[in-house]
Amino acid sequence: MSGGINVGILAVQGDVEENILATKMAIEELGMEGIVTEVKTPEQISDLDGLIIPGGESTVIGTLSLVNGSLKKIKEKIASGMPVFGICAGMIILSKKAKDRVVGEMDQPLLDFLDIKIERNAFGRQKDSFESEISIDKIGVSKFPGVFIRAPSIIEIGKDVEILSKFNEKIIAVKQGNVIGTAFHPELTGDISLHKYFVSLIKKKN
Amino acid sequence: MIPLAGDLGNTKGVVKEKIGSFGTTRGTSTLKRGFAHMLKNGVVMDVTTVEQAKIAEDAGAVAVMVLDKLPSDVRKAGGVARTASIRIIQEIIDSVTIPVMAKCRIGHVYEAMVLQETNVDMIDESEVLTPADENHHIWKWDFTSPFVNGARNLGEALRRIEEGAAMIRTKGEPGTGNVAEAVIHIKNVNTELRRIKSIYDAGDEQDLISVARELKVSYSIVEETASLGRLPVVNFAAGGISTPADAAYLMTLGCDGVFVGSGIFKADDAKERAQAIVLATTFWEDPDKVKEAQKMIDERQSMLGLDTKNLELRMQERGSTA
Repeated sequence: MSGGINVGILAVQGDVEENILATKMAIEELGMEGIVTEVKTPEQISDLDGLIIPGGESTVIGTLSLVNGSLKKIKEKIASGMPVFGICAGMIILSKKAKDRVVGEMDQPLLDFLDIKIERNAFGRQKDSFESEISIDKIGVSKFPGVFIRAPSIIEIGKDVEILSKFNEKIIAVKQGNVIGTAFHPELTGDISLHKYFVSLIKKKN
Repeated sequence: MIPLAGDLGNTKGVVKEKIGSFGTTRGTSTLKRGFAHMLKNGVVMDVTTVEQAKIAEDAGAVAVMVLDKLPSDVRKAGGVARTASIRIIQEIIDSVTIPVMAKCRIGHVYEAMVLQETNVDMIDESEVLTPADENHHIWKWDFTSPFVNGARNLGEALRRIEEGAAMIRTKGEPGTGNVAEAVIHIKNVNTELRRIKSIYDAGDEQDLISVARELKVSYSIVEETASLGRLPVVNFAAGGISTPADAAYLMTLGCDGVFVGSGIFKADDAKERAQAIVLATTFWEDPDKVKEAQKMIDERQSMLGLDTKNLELRMQERGSTA
């Protein structure tokens, strides 16, 4: 496997396993070579060619990644061009600013990379969580099963941010450079087209 | 992709609507079980007040569980234990950003309805409260909100999943500060999972059918569970967890996370202990980090706890035969 790409799933808290499976399938379907591993420490992160920050609780993932230095390492790697895919909580952590729909402005550890402002729990609580067919035409995916779980939405974007998808006028997927963020959970579905798109952005270093 | 074994599909709890021009569906198994998947590798903490909920959130809890009394106080108080005050649940919902769960009595359909209307993120049909109907658990497919249920063995777990539970917690003995029963039950589940996996791998359908009859569940859920080699929903450990080492130990036994009941807010060092238990749950694979977490607490401030051998009230047995 020495010639392949090295993709990590940040395994502090959240749905890591599903992302490992989806990423492995994506690599295989693209006919690429590579490994997918759980990463927790700055040392493990420094070896990566690509990283997924999965869904979970953004306050928990952010705080614990700050404690052991992973957050700082991820920031360095993004600056050096490593592609990162943030899903739901992962997108919140990649953002500049977050506020909660009920509680208000949040003071939580964020990577301050994606030039977006997030509204957490924008669609309501768990009872309001929903599935809906969405489209991500920008990357050639016209139909995608959107799974929104206590999902955030994006309420402000900077000039370098590209909108990948909207749901009823709310922004739900964005891209800035090599960083992608989605408010929904592709890893919970059987559709791996977003993971394939992400993997296709990853280049083997050296 | 997550396992959907036992899903009944288009049940009463599934709601189809329109938001703008988009057709939407709420209350599906993907959404209910998916919510539980987001909690993995986390700690859910029992709380009784807004102050405790805020301490839990700051410490890194992945959700809070609202009760009227902590399990050890329920045990002391005797009488009938019911769902918590809606006013307090609502205050907590308005004060924290993490998910809020609350407990209802086993079989008490309308306590659960009230909790769903209150908009809690998950309902725990719990043996800590006094059962309303020990012979019939709630038919959880009628609800849009997800449920978590307790189980002491594989049969209980699969029966609860077939009733619509989106998450399982292996029961310990609540309110004792003693992790012994939780350890026994997670090991029971693991042993039974290994057994059905080996039957499945051997291709012995006849034996698998007799397992289904013995566990009082459908053949299809046994078959799917056996092929996975694990429960088809997220499984947390619960009951008696008091220290970081307790939490880390249960994680090594294959749990997806832990519920901590009385162990935190019945200790004298609740704030430090809450943080320490989160650290130990996250970094359970690293003994040095668990040691650092254990150093954050003072054993002289742990709750005293109870021997589980001579208890008058064994909460774990409530509703277990149904």
